[in-house]
Amino acid sequence: MVDYNILLGGEAGQGMNTVGGVLEKIFTRTGYYIFATKDYMSRIRGGHNFNCIRISDEPIYTHRESIDMLIAFNEETIELHEKHLLKDGLVIDEKAYPFKELAKEIGNIKVIGTVMVGAVIKMLGLSTDIAEGVLKEYFSGDILRMNISALEKGYDLVDKKVTLPSVAAPKKTITLNGNQAVGLGALAAGCKFFSGYPMTPGTGIMNYIAAKQHELGIVVEQSEDEIAALNMVIGASYAGVRAMTSTSGGGYSLMVEAVGLSGIIETPAVIANVQRPGPATGLPTRTAQGDLHFVLYASQDEIPRMVIALRSVEEAFYQTIRAFNLADKYQIPVTILSDQYLADAQTTILPYDFSAVKIEKHLADVQGIGKERYKRYKITEDGISPRIIPGKIPGQVVMVDSDEHDEYGHIIESDTERIQMMDKRMQKIETLKSDIQEPWYVGSEKPETLIVGWGSTYCVIKTVIEALEKQGKSIGALIYGDVCPLPVALFNDYAANANNIIAVEGNYSGQLADLIQQKTCIPIKIRLTKYDGRAWGYEELQAKIQEVL
Amino acid sequence: MEANHNRFNKCSETAWCPGCGNFGILNALEKALNELGLLPHEVVICAGIGQAAKTPQYINANGFNGLHGRALPPATGIKIANKHLKVIVNSGEGDSYGEGGNHFMHTIRRNIDIAHFVHNNQIYGLTKGQASPTSDMGFATGIQTQGVVTEPLNPIALAITLGASFVARSFSGDAEHLKKVMKEAIMHNGYALVDILQPCISFNKVNTFKYYKERVYHLEETYDATDKQKAFKRAQEWGDKIPMGIFYKQKKPTYTECVDCLKKGPALVDTTEDLEKIEKFMDEFC
Ligand SMILES: Cc1ncc(C[n+]2csc(CCOP(=O)(O)OP(=O)(O)O)c2C)c(N)n1
Ligand SMILES: [Mg+2]
Repeated sequence: MVDYNILLGGEAGQGMNTVGGVLEKIFTRTGYYIFATKDYMSRIRGGHNFNCIRISDEPIYTHRESIDMLIAFNEETIELHEKHLLKDGLVIDEKAYPFKELAKEIGNIKVIGTVMVGAVIKMLGLSTDIAEGVLKEYFSGDILRMNISALEKGYDLVDKKVTLPSVAAPKKTITLNGNQAVGLGALAAGCKFFSGYPMTPGTGIMNYIAAKQHELGIVVEQSEDEIAALNMVIGASYAGVRAMTSTSGGGYSLMVEAVGLSGIIETPAVIANVQRPGPATGLPTRTAQGDLHFVLYASQDEIPRMVIALRSVEEAFYQTIRAFNLADKYQIPVTILSDQYLADAQTTILPYDFSAVKIEKHLADVQGIGKERYKRYKITEDGISPRIIPGKIPGQVVMVDSDEHDEYGHIIESDTERIQMMDKRMQKIETLKSDIQEPWYVGSEKPETLIVGWGSTYCVIKTVIEALEKQGKSIGALIYGDVCPLPVALFNDYAANANNIIAVEGNYSGQLADLIQQKTCIPIKIRLTKYDGRAWGYEELQAKIQEVL
Repeated sequence: MEANHNRFNKCSETAWCPGCGNFGILNALEKALNELGLLPHEVVICAGIGQAAKTPQYINANGFNGLHGRALPPATGIKIANKHLKVIVNSGEGDSYGEGGNHFMHTIRRNIDIAHFVHNNQIYGLTKGQASPTSDMGFATGIQTQGVVTEPLNPIALAITLGASFVARSFSGDAEHLKKVMKEAIMHNGYALVDILQPCISFNKVNTFKYYKERVYHLEETYDATDKQKAFKRAQEWGDKIPMGIFYKQKKPTYTECVDCLKKGPALVDTTEDLEKIEKFMDEFC
């Protein structure tokens, strides 16, 4: 298997992202799969930032710490990352090669990045034609001509150093990040209204949908705050339009009251919480899995809700569509839990299967509600009342109420009606269980050691399990996507045979472990938690697991 | 349509005190909607929480009784989703200017086509008598025991300054005037604020029906509602004499007219998904 890891480091504003972006396109168009992460600081200029591009001829979903090629835009990059450079690793910087001079010769210092791209592809034994094609998408006219000459100069400057084995039959692939995958999923689900307030790392979803609003004839509104964002979404949803919002933990905090509103007025809402470390402002551009408990319980009193954690860029698309369908089916708020690592990592995958996309709105028509005065909250066995939208059926009005209400949506205070409505809403949790997906399992058949994890740590855990299995260990992992309502069947099966159960999480206390304990009464004592704002690397995780075994 | 039939009447028992100003406002609203020839399913009444905010409960129309302070955002979402609905907000001044002050500011900026009727009783009614953003200085309550020390908010002046395209004041005790202003606000293309003075017979013993009755007067017939400077000046009048009527009115593009797809296309709720087009978006990731 090809496995080559490049790190580009420097200050913000030095053009690292452009060089990285061009290289990523060259690699994927040559037929490789990439996994590319960005480690950036919460500032626009300066600071230390770095991008990693890991290249393979097979799909890969996680980063690697050890570096094959270090592209340094400043000296600090070498100081900080040299320790991870492999023995025969390459360093590409101004000291080794006169990039600046060549760029000046061409007549524009700005083409320095393209000179570097030329050098990199030569060292890796790639040809210039695909690179030229990529440059043509970025530039035109004189600037393009300069860049092509920069590419050639860089290419001629160095010798071939490595031979990346070529990909036999390159498949059509797409390379995108988790935020884009959620955005594309929302569009495919028929989301036509998005309201949000910028907050890293959740803004990327809004950016993606906004870039398509004009072409699709949908509306993106930047609200005055997150309170307005979710309340607008709920209003639009009440009026029959699929709507969503995205944010991070801080914004979700402001939305909490409206999560309860969506619950009691039984109006669907889809909310993406792209986690970063907190509390309060925390570490804006870093990653975490610290909001699990928060989103499980965020609301006044109790409501039926669903929480889906995203495990990969691949499933982010399909799960977002599922979130919309289930929000509509059960008339509940659905929270999508992502995190900065998944949100920003560029991953090469096979294209999404659009023939599998189904939009299921679960709206009732005139026949469905009959001739009598419409009861928005009609008591039914499964807890789901036929839903119509306002303005569509003459003679019928739709009343929704955040006060406790009767079947018509009219405010009440009687104890019996209160119990009836509470039971009806909470019954939807039981009904929803038929739609809940068990966690994914990877590993040995009857593992002695059972790992549990959730969300974006899926890929790193999978990598580690595969490595430990190869060493002859009896080990397996359950990685949760649906966390509310929590599926327990698979866990009970595996736990019955396991000697050790270990939780791996990106938070301080082991929040999933607590949740599983609560729902299954099976204790999880070993908890490997990481809360430094960085994602687990597989080398690091493997070492930790071996330590406790 | 029968001229005298009240299509919006719900005959429900209310949680309002006998003699409450809310009754006059509800009556005027029903009359305005009837006279405009609207049907209940074409209208959505939105509200936050409070005594005024119970209005959607007592009228036969679509209703969205949301969170305290948050009447405007769902109303905005509803209007964006279905531009054919008549969206009206009825809520208290605590709800509209206090808890929801930020939304008030930004809904004005959006100039979205919503009529906003603020039942202004200068007090928090539902929570039993605390000062509201419009309570006069010196007004004593169980919390503001020595009297309010903060200056009251002037909703009319504020709305004019923020660029609202329709700004009016009326009084729950002047049925004809209120109905007329409401009709104009509902028909106005854009955001329309009507601040409606309303006695709270249980908790506000200062700003009573008699208090308002003695002070309110109609802006003269010659008053020019298109002059922003004059409107701002007249908005400063408060105390012994309180002017009522349309202070300021301006034609300007609404949110719906500024967003291309809302302007040119069908209502968002009536559009279909173009999955083929969306599938092609994947090409950008190749
Ligand atoms: C988030 C939140 N905070 C506080 C309350 C309690 N509350 C309900 S109504 C209200 C004030 C009502 O005053 P106003 O909006 O002027 O309406 P009125 O009752 O006077 O008509 C308050 C503070 C609430 N329901 N929700
Ligand atoms: Mg009030």
